[in-house]
Amino acid sequence: MASKKVRTQGDFTPVEYDPQYILQVNHLKKYFPIKGGMVGKTVGHVKAVDGVTFNLKRGTTMGLVGESGCGKTTTGRTILRLAGEKTDGQVLFNGQEIYDMNPKEMRALRTKMQIIFQDPFSSLSPRLPVGEIIGEAVREHKLVSKAEYNDYIDKVMDNCGLQPFHKARYPHEFSGGQRQRICIARALALNPEFVVCDEPVSALDVSIQAQIINLLKDLQDQYNLTYLFISHDLSVVEHISDSVGVMYLGNLVEYGDTVDIFRNPLHPYTKALFSAIPVPDPNAKMNRIVLEGSIPSPANPPSGCKFHTRCPYATERCKVEAPCQREVEPGHYVVCHLFDK
Amino acid sequence: MAKKKAEGYLSGREARRIAKENRRITNAFEKKRKRKNVPESEYLTQMANPDNAVEFDNLHTYFYTDAGVVKSVDGVSFEVPIGKTVGVVGESGCGKSVTSLSLMQLLQRPQGQVVEGEIRLNMGDKAYDMTKMPNEQMQKIRGNYVSMIFQEPMTSLNPVFRIGEQVDEVIALHHGEGKTKEDIKARTIELLEMVGIANSQGVYRMYPHELSGGMRQRVCIAMALACSPKVIIADEPTTALDVTIQAQVLDLLRNLKDKINSSIMFITHDLGVIAEMADYVVVMYAGRVVEKGTVHEIFSNPAHPYTIGLMASKPVVGKQVDKLYSIPGKVPNPIDMPNYCYFKDRCEMCVKGCEGEYPTQVQLSDTHFVSCYRYYDKKNQGGEV
Repeated sequence: MASKKVRTQGDFTPVEYDPQYILQVNHLKKYFPIKGGMVGKTVGHVKAVDGVTFNLKRGTTMGLVGESGCGKTTTGRTILRLAGEKTDGQVLFNGQEIYDMNPKEMRALRTKMQIIFQDPFSSLSPRLPVGEIIGEAVREHKLVSKAEYNDYIDKVMDNCGLQPFHKARYPHEFSGGQRQRICIARALALNPEFVVCDEPVSALDVSIQAQIINLLKDLQDQYNLTYLFISHDLSVVEHISDSVGVMYLGNLVEYGDTVDIFRNPLHPYTKALFSAIPVPDPNAKMNRIVLEGSIPSPANPPSGCKFHTRCPYATERCKVEAPCQREVEPGHYVVCHLFDK
Repeated sequence: MAKKKAEGYLSGREARRIAKENRRITNAFEKKRKRKNVPESEYLTQMANPDNAVEFDNLHTYFYTDAGVVKSVDGVSFEVPIGKTVGVVGESGCGKSVTSLSLMQLLQRPQGQVVEGEIRLNMGDKAYDMTKMPNEQMQKIRGNYVSMIFQEPMTSLNPVFRIGEQVDEVIALHHGEGKTKEDIKARTIELLEMVGIANSQGVYRMYPHELSGGMRQRVCIAMALACSPKVIIADEPTTALDVTIQAQVLDLLRNLKDKINSSIMFITHDLGVIAEMADYVVVMYAGRVVEKGTVHEIFSNPAHPYTIGLMASKPVVGKQVDKLYSIPGKVPNPIDMPNYCYFKDRCEMCVKGCEGEYPTQVQLSDTHFVSCYRYYDKKNQGGEV
């Protein structure tokens, strides 16, 4: 039943609860087994998340960026305990290790942490009316009494820019932007403290994107929400986030305040990633660092620093020794040998 | 129920009547297209300006659906000059892709039909009107003169054939005469190397699922360029790709365009990509061109309220704003378009004249055109009012 656990000698120091943080993630690892052969033996592991460490302050937004396949989404899901057991590390939500909770405690916690999925076309059940989609979990968790239920749903829908008469309609009757509003309403109906937004705007048009981003920001101000905003659109992340983490092949290579990261990117990968953003100004000078090749397979990642195969500054040391996270400026962490003292 | 009826409810009888009427219209179009041995004179035409590779002139492409006629492209005119890149921007559903599919004659038929207008393709010494082209002639144009790179490299390659076979097929079909299999293979390998695939021998024998998104898009580009076409239509070629891979693909397209001296019609909704790639920009809204001009004119001096709104709603790295601008309202229903300016209901810059019918084009400079009443009194020489 239980998949064989891969313990990597627990080479991290456990963190203590710090009340200013709603979420503390410490050396989180999530490996997926690769089954092979006739009997389905585990022949290797896809290291989707391989040692991610960050803290998230209450009421702020952290952006998580990186190429597809770098483990952004898996990180989000592992934090919510939606991807089975973690492989290693700690996830403290309000100081409690969520992977140590029993099912009953976990169920109670589910209302506090919610997720908005990427694709509003496939994440809504086509057979349920919108009111039911939004209200199902509210009833299940008995958040409001039966008498208040209808008013409560109306209020939630109103907050997300939906009309009360939309309740009886089905998802296919709505446009992409409206559907994303339904997804947001569904997540917020439970009164969460923490919401993982997994690419909530990447399937939408530019003008609709702006509406949804504004809505997310307004709701954050209103309810003091904390967001983990996963996206590959760097301009959106810069707009909405207070801090940013850059992921590459399961590792958080750089992490710090949005302003620091965008003004002064340090890691060679972050620099390359930022230089690749197209600027809507035909007169802009391009100093583009074009990375050769593509992201290596997470089942068989390169030795040492995982980025050394594409890094323009790679040295012999990078091929052998994996760098560890270092605080270069206050609150600005980077994982790279270039910044060793 | 009464409410539902007001919002475009169709009775069964009404739907059947529309379907029958549609069939009559589309059958007439199809019959004309399927004729054999059409004399060349019928689709021979003259370019308005011989420096253009393609001219779209008052193109109307309609879809005859069971709920009514959808005017996807409703009077679109613009040019693609030889050796230049024209960027087409707009929201989804504004008719960007339908415009390009009309040029390729790849519309979903029989529902989709070009009902009016011309698409003139410059063939060097002569010009063809693509809208009157019969099917058998189209085969020689597609791939040889005009080719297309599609949005999703994941779905536009056939999963059951090796990469090599798929690229070989294109060459064999169009330039295959008198060539042996080895010649064709050599050309394929050359193409794969041209688009920057290092391990071209290995990739030749691979299946699409063994390649990453960026590599697959390179293969699609190789296929599109196999016959050195004069016009390349790139329909959101980088939308499905990551920024770093997008940068690689854009670089590649720019270099290849110069190498084979062709024109690119670049369709996207990413303004950043347009600013980087295009020489000219065409902004479309609800099936019409609302503004067109050079890339500098559009970005430094956007005139149409829609263009201005589009630019304001996109967050830009390095520019902090508290709240993003978002265009209010939504696109009008394509089956039942209003008879005034399509953007009026969402426009925050309306003037008195906006009550009138759809505005004609106003010329702001040699290359800059806009369809908006706000510019009527400033410049009166453009268009007949």
